[in-house]
Amino acid sequence: MAEKVLMKGNEAIAEAAIIAGCRHYFGYPITPQTEIAAYMAKRMPKIGGTFLQAESELAAISMVYGASAAGKRVMTSSSSPGISLKSEGISYIAGSDLPAVIVNAQRGGPGLGGIQPSQSDYFQATRGGGHGDYHMIVLTPDSVQEMAELTVKAFDLADKYRMPVMILADGTIGQMMEPVSFDFEVKAAPQKPWATTGTQMKRSHNVVNSLYLKPDELERTNFERFEKYETIKKNEALYEEYMMDDAEIVVAAFGIAARVSKNAVVAARKEGIKVGLIRPVTVWPFPDEPFAKAAKTAKQFISVELSMGQMIEDVKLATGCKVPVTLCNRVGGMIPSPAEVLDAIRNAAKGGKN
Amino acid sequence: MTTHYLFAGFGGQGILFSGKLLAYKGLIEGKNVSWLPSYGPEMRGGTASCSVIISDEPIGAPIVLEPDVLIAMNLPSLDRYEGSVVPGGKVYVDSSLIERKLERTDIEGVYIPATKLAGENGMDGLANMIIAGKIIADAKEWNEESIEKALGKCISARHADMLEINRKALLSGRDF
Repeated sequence: MAEKVLMKGNEAIAEAAIIAGCRHYFGYPITPQTEIAAYMAKRMPKIGGTFLQAESELAAISMVYGASAAGKRVMTSSSSPGISLKSEGISYIAGSDLPAVIVNAQRGGPGLGGIQPSQSDYFQATRGGGHGDYHMIVLTPDSVQEMAELTVKAFDLADKYRMPVMILADGTIGQMMEPVSFDFEVKAAPQKPWATTGTQMKRSHNVVNSLYLKPDELERTNFERFEKYETIKKNEALYEEYMMDDAEIVVAAFGIAARVSKNAVVAARKEGIKVGLIRPVTVWPFPDEPFAKAAKTAKQFISVELSMGQMIEDVKLATGCKVPVTLCNRVGGMIPSPAEVLDAIRNAAKGGKN
Repeated sequence: MTTHYLFAGFGGQGILFSGKLLAYKGLIEGKNVSWLPSYGPEMRGGTASCSVIISDEPIGAPIVLEPDVLIAMNLPSLDRYEGSVVPGGKVYVDSSLIERKLERTDIEGVYIPATKLAGENGMDGLANMIIAGKIIADAKEWNEESIEKALGKCISARHADMLEINRKALLSGRDF
């Protein structure tokens, strides 16, 4: 195995993107993800790629649209307020069935908010974010190693389904350093016969567009896109189960909240509480299956989030509201401590509902 | 075994750097490690801190709230974090910058005039490394080979001329 290096989560995303064949990065700086842009600025010129700091987030996402339409693997990154700005372009990318990878290292909101970590863009990421009916595949790494691996996966999924894929990280996972190995298999990008690469006078024009003025045509593209989404829901949901075998209390958490929750689960197990963790690795598609299964035997679910309670809605949907689901949260850049999560678990074990 | 370190001081004192050295040393020795900086405006002069965890087990939360070892390189940091150290824990105090002693009696204070030592011995700015050397020696984890490798990882080739003085600072901490 290749030697492990210590790297920030943000840098691991950038290096993994390059390994995945991304040679075009367009961005606009914002804390806490600027290391991605800095890394790309350093590396891209050396490997024949393009790093471009755009004049705005809108410009950056439009450049992503253009490079993707030309058949290239392309990425942009930002943090919460910047992703709001990019959402118009993401909707266009989805409406044009273009692959692209978008990183959101979330920070506290709403508005300009703060610069400390958050998970309060969950709704925005999983429900589309921009206008119109669309989804992104949303991956939620909880370690620097996953930042790398899920970035490679993001490029594969984006190309496979021709759609935007978001890496939904947060300030903590972006800023922390952990050992990471880049010793993983990378598939070459597939052929893209739809790309606008010039006809060479040998074929008819390829058109990449999201404008359909005839309602019946636009309806058909929506129906077709949602058939694709159904396939993705069946095939691409990812999750990790931790100490779930006999769990009566189930903690649901992703990203940094899952890291904190693991400590609390271990501590609660030492007290004899039968508790486990389901960590969604994709939050769209949401991994309904392990939640539905656990709902048959569990007494209570606790959704641990750095938001006012967003994923909790998906937990309730996945469990069919058969079992109480409570919220354990901190917001605004605060992170629940393992002790706070442990208290929520103890409370649940005593039959408390909040 | 798991050790939670919290490095705290002013931005510019090398808090993040000495934390990274310890983390890299741990990685080289086959441990699980995590390193989490405070980020934002404090990196440019305010109170900066850095959580480092070195463990034989997989690491959960990377945030150190209750350090086993606190490194306090200014008074605000000691005031803020002394209460959070686990009973039986250790606090390394740069005694050239912090005049007071620990208030608690259930934790051990290690007082090193690191900034003064660094200044008097031509190692300006390396108080962090003097303290790091002392921490490693106190933990009986002085391992020449892994320290040397970690230094090589933390100091880029462009700054190779800084290797020797960092070695010297670590050693003077070890021998303090």
